Amino acid sequence: MLSLGSQFLVALGMLIGILIILLASMWLERKALAHFQFRLGPMRTGYHGLLQPIADAMKMVVKEMSVPEGVDVILYKTAPFIVFIPAFMVMAVIPFTATIKAADLNMGIFYVMAVLSISTIGYMMAGWSSHNKYSLLGCMRSIGQFVSYELPMGLSVLAVVMMAGTLNLNSIAQAQSCNWNIFRWYIFKQPLAFIIFFIALNAEICRVPFDLPEAESELVAGFHVEYSGMRFALLLMAEYVGLFTLTSICTTLFLGGWYGPPVLPGLVWFFLKTFSLIFILFWTRATLPRVRADQLMSLGWKVLMPAALINVVITGLLIMLKVY
Amino acid sequence: MIQQYLHAYSYIAIFALVGLLYVVVVLTVSRLLAPHRPSKEKSHPYECGLVPVGEPWGQLNIRYYVFALLFVLFDVETVFMYPWAVVFRDMGWSAFLEMFSFIVIIALGLIYAWKKNVLRWV
Repeated sequence: MLSLGSQFLVALGMLIGILIILLASMWLERKALAHFQFRLGPMRTGYHGLLQPIADAMKMVVKEMSVPEGVDVILYKTAPFIVFIPAFMVMAVIPFTATIKAADLNMGIFYVMAVLSISTIGYMMAGWSSHNKYSLLGCMRSIGQFVSYELPMGLSVLAVVMMAGTLNLNSIAQAQSCNWNIFRWYIFKQPLAFIIFFIALNAEICRVPFDLPEAESELVAGFHVEYSGMRFALLLMAEYVGLFTLTSICTTLFLGGWYGPPVLPGLVWFFLKTFSLIFILFWTRATLPRVRADQLMSLGWKVLMPAALINVVITGLLIMLKVY
Repeated sequence: MIQQYLHAYSYIAIFALVGLLYVVVVLTVSRLLAPHRPSKEKSHPYECGLVPVGEPWGQLNIRYYVFALLFVLFDVETVFMYPWAVVFRDMGWSAFLEMFSFIVIIALGLIYAWKKNVLRWV
């Protein structure tokens, strides 16, 4: 039981942690993409460009935050808050190990799903208030995409909840505890749910092949066309925070969280799994072209949604028959 | 018990507060460090360097609205299934069959929307 003051320190520590992870994943993305395309990527700032993200951050801070004419000023200025804060709030329930975690919430995964959808409102505000055709189109596409992929995501999480019999993320990870027997991880018992969750995750954070909201060749940058300086940086940061939080939720749900063969400590396992998932996302980005809007919608509603519903029924049946 | 419950939720509030503080701090730092020289050209809405044509807050594809409506329906139904998923193991076959019929009704709704061509993006 911690006092409010120490809770504040924990939250501050998590903030600093996520900022470091954010810089690391930005660097990793640039380097990974560069090497996929037979380039070197940033090389000048520090050893193999390690200081590049810091240089970028410094540049963002000293850039002018211009507010274009005709924008809805209140919405325009509050949107970065509404986008960033929920993305960060998800960090509160992620169990890194049995002891390194902030809130041990009974309805952990439900809270995650709920808080994640608040960001959607922020995207809407940003796109609408910008008074720009591109950003409006981009934000409508974002909303359509979030909305279509949140359902399969929720339903695939449901299958895991049925297996574990709890919404608490800590207990879900503990239900997959293993030493060498990694087949206790839910990815082996719920492969379909994992695939659905991973595709939906990719769509929720708008990465290639689902980057329609910010398709740069048709919409310039999507909902953040009119944002500049630190406000733009906050929107970008929220995206990378979402990248990390969602992949770590995926690790907790399907890859056994911090559990693994006892050759490495739990925290190392957790980050190893999470960053492998992040790397797979970079890999898909380098490999796949962007899908069309109609393909996006039909994948979400006509493939993933029925598949997730069937998966829930099958999981229920298997649990009732005492197979799981 | 109740103490533990509140303890978890005070964390949520504090995380929200820290997030808010962070955003305020970085925006203030940027305001102090960054130049602020607005000009007429700079404040034009971006449209590939041309003067914007027409009103940007115009009409949009009605499909977005239809999908949002569908989402609200199905999302509420998904939320109903969460409490069931936690306890159904102890409640036996009756709970499973009840939820099965609920899922069949949801699926019928989805098939109806599908047949009505609502899910087709044009």
